Amino acid sequence: MTEFWKRFSKHRGAVAGLVILFLIVLLAVLAPFLFPKSPWAMVQRPFLPPFENATYFLGTDTMGRDLASGLAHGAYVSLLVGLVSTVVSLLIGIPIGALAGYFGGIVDDVLMRFTELFQSVPSFALAVVLVAIFQPSITSIVVAIAIVSWPPVARLLRGEVMSLKSRDFVDAAVLSGQRSFTIIWRQILPNTLSPIIVLASMMVAAAILVESALSFMGLGDANVMSWGYIIGAGRTVIRQAWWVSFFPGVAILLTVLALNLVGEGLNDALNPRLSRKGRQA
Amino acid sequence: MRRLLTIPFALALTVSAALADPVSGGKLDLIVQPEPPSVMIGITTNGPALLVGGNIYESLLRYDENLKPMPSLAKSWETSEDGLTYTFHLQEGVKWHDGKPMTSADVMFSVEDFLMKLQPRHRNLMSHVAKVVAPDDNTVVFTLKEPFEAFIRGFAFYTMPIVPKHIYEGTDYQTNPANEKLIGTGPYKFAEWKRGSYIKLVKNEDYYLPGKPYIDELYYHVIPDGASRAVAYETGQVSVLPGGSVENFDIPRLSKLANTCTTEKGWEYFAPLSWLWLNNRKPPMDNVKFRQAVMFALDREFAKDVLWNGYGKVSTGPISSKVPFYANVGPSYPHDPAKAKALLKEMGYDGKPLKLLPLPYGETWQRWAEAVKQNLADVGIPVEIESTDVAGWNQKTSQWDYDIAFTYLYQNGDPAIGVDRNYKSSQIAKGNPFNNVEGYSNPEVDKLFTEAAVAFPAAKRQELYDKVQAKLREDVPVAWLLELGFPTIYNCNVENPISTASGLPNSLRDAWIKK
Repeated sequence: MTEFWKRFSKHRGAVAGLVILFLIVLLAVLAPFLFPKSPWAMVQRPFLPPFENATYFLGTDTMGRDLASGLAHGAYVSLLVGLVSTVVSLLIGIPIGALAGYFGGIVDDVLMRFTELFQSVPSFALAVVLVAIFQPSITSIVVAIAIVSWPPVARLLRGEVMSLKSRDFVDAAVLSGQRSFTIIWRQILPNTLSPIIVLASMMVAAAILVESALSFMGLGDANVMSWGYIIGAGRTVIRQAWWVSFFPGVAILLTVLALNLVGEGLNDALNPRLSRKGRQA
Repeated sequence: MRRLLTIPFALALTVSAALADPVSGGKLDLIVQPEPPSVMIGITTNGPALLVGGNIYESLLRYDENLKPMPSLAKSWETSEDGLTYTFHLQEGVKWHDGKPMTSADVMFSVEDFLMKLQPRHRNLMSHVAKVVAPDDNTVVFTLKEPFEAFIRGFAFYTMPIVPKHIYEGTDYQTNPANEKLIGTGPYKFAEWKRGSYIKLVKNEDYYLPGKPYIDELYYHVIPDGASRAVAYETGQVSVLPGGSVENFDIPRLSKLANTCTTEKGWEYFAPLSWLWLNNRKPPMDNVKFRQAVMFALDREFAKDVLWNGYGKVSTGPISSKVPFYANVGPSYPHDPAKAKALLKEMGYDGKPLKLLPLPYGETWQRWAEAVKQNLADVGIPVEIESTDVAGWNQKTSQWDYDIAFTYLYQNGDPAIGVDRNYKSSQIAKGNPFNNVEGYSNPEVDKLFTEAAVAFPAAKRQELYDKVQAKLREDVPVAWLLELGFPTIYNCNVENPISTASGLPNSLRDAWIKK
C-alpha cells in the first residue's frame, strides 16, 4: 500500500486531482447543511451579479435562484450520476468481457458482435434517443449512460482475460478441477482489477460530461438541479449574465479534470508495465 | 360664412400635418414563423397563415382594440331592435384581384356554402342563424333564431373570410388551383411564394379605398432558426418581428435597439389567457379551499416581470380584460403564502405530492413550471414536474390524466365563444384539450352562461356575466395566471402597423413607411 502511494504521489497532477475531488465530494456531502434551502428557491432578485451580496456571493440566475446553492446541490447530482452509471456499466461490461475472453470461439464471436452493435452507434446520440424514449428522469439518465458506456469495459476485460487465461496459475486451477466460473471469479477477475479501476475513474468523468450535456439540451430530470441544467438554462442569457453559465462550467471542468488526473495517477501506480518494480501492487 | 368654414379646415390641416401624412411606396420585410402550409385562410387558419392571408382576404367587418366593429367589406350595418336581424351594406366598386366585381352573391356563397363545408367554427356560429338573404347586389341580411349578441363579433377576417364564388363554385374547394394563386379582395395581392425562403405580396392598385394601401411590396421571410430571426432584425434584413417570432429572452435586448418600437396591441381579439388546469375530479383539487390556496400561493407578478419581461397582465378571473363583458368582481388573489397555508391547514391537506404538467413550448414555459413548483413548495404543496412533449401534453390533458397542468387559450372576441366552453358542464368531454378539461360542474354557472349567451341587449348580458365571473372567482375551477402579451417589435419608421384588434394579420392596409 505504501509502495502504491509512493508511486501515486510521484504524479503531482494526480495528487492535485485527488485534493480537488475530495473538496468536491465534501461540497456535495455538506450541501444540505451549507445551503439548507432548496436550490430552486427564488431568494433574491434575478441576475444578481457575483460578489455583490455576501450571502449570495456567486450571484443569482434568471429567476433569482442562488447559484452557489445550485452548484453545491448539483455537485451531489453529478457525482451520484457519475458513480452509479459507472457501476451499472461495469456490471454489464465485466461479465460480457470476461465470458468472451475466457471461452473464446463462438461465445466470443456472439458477444463481441453484440458489443460492436453498441459501439457502432455514436454514444451520445444513442443516449439522447434513450432518454427521450424513456422520458427524462434521473433513473433513465443513469441507465442511458450505462448502456452507452459499457462496450469499452467489455473490450478491455476480454483482452485482459485472454492474456491471463494462458498463465500457469490458471492452468493449475483447471487441473485442480475448479469450475470455469470459479476460475473466472477467483483467479482471473482479481487480476484485472487495476485496469478496471483506472478505466472506471475515467468513466465517471465521461458520465458527468454526458449527464451535463443531456441536461444542457433540456433532457435532464426537471426536478433535479444539476450543473448541466444550470448552464443550459443560463445559456440563453449569456450576454446579460455570464456568471450563470460560467461557474457551473468551471465546476464541470474541475471535476472532470480531477477525475482524469486521478485516473492517470492510478494508471502509473497500478500498471505493471510502466512501473519500475514490476507487478506487486 | 366662407371665412368661418376655413378656420376649422386650416386647423384640421395643421393637426394632420403634426401626425404626418401617410406616404406611399417602399417595401416592407417581415418574419413569418413557421412557414405556413398555405395562406388560403378560408381553409388554413393557423397563425402564420393568417399573418399573410389576412392581407389578401377580407370579411365584412374589422374590430378596433375594444372589439367595436369597424367597416371592412361592409361599409355600414344595422341591427334590429329585437336583436334578430343584422343588415349589412357592402362597399361599392369592390373588385376581386382578377378584376371581377365582388357582390352579395359572393358573401352568400362564402357564408352558406364554402365556410359551412370547411370550418367547424363557422358552423357553430351559423347554428344561431335562421336564414341569410341578399335582397340586392350590395345588401346581405342575416336573421337569427334567437338573439345572439356575440354575432356582431363573428365577422372577423379569419372567422368569415369572403371568397370568390366565380372561382370556387362547383369545384373541389380543397384542391382548387386558386388555393395556390390566391384571389381575394384585400389590400395586397399574392405575387410569389419561394418555399423555404419568402412569400411576396404586392399592392392592390384597384383597392376600393382610394390611396390605400400605401406600401408597394410585402416580403414575409421564412427563417427557421430563432437566433437567426433575431439577427435578421438586428442587421435590418427585416423590419417587423410579429409577436412570437423571437424567443422571449431575446425581447429585452431587441426592444432596446436604436429606432425600435414595441407594442402589445393587436392581440385583443385572440386575448390569450393562461391558467393551470386543476383536476377537480381528484382530491385535493376537488376542495375549493385547496384551489383558493393555490391561487394565493402563486406569485403571478413575478412570472409576468421575470419570465415575460413585464409584458402581459396578471389575470383576475375567467374572462380576459381585453374581452367584452370582463368585470373585476368577486374575490381577488394577491400573492399571499400565509393565507394559502392557513387555507391548507383549515382543509386538512395531508401533504400528498402532486404532478405538474408543463406546456412544452420551450424555455419560458419550462422556467414558469419551475417557478410554480417553487411557489407551491413554499406553502407546503410538494410538486413533481413531469416531462412531456406536445403530443404527450395533448394526450394527458384531453384524457384527464394530470393533477395540475399548464395551458393557454384564445378567447376569440366573446365569452360565449371563447370562455364558457371551459366551465360549462355540458363541455365535459374526453378527447379535447380545449373544453372543460378540469371537470368543474356547477348548475348555477351553467345556467348563467347559457342565459348570458342569448340575452339581449348587451347590458343584460353584462349583468349575467358579472354574476358568473364573481361565482367562478370564488370557486376557482382553474388557477388563472396571466393575460399573455406577445409584443410586436418593429422599426419605428414603420407607421401604424397595427390598426385592428387582430394586429398585423388584419392587416397592413393602413401601414406606411416614413421616408
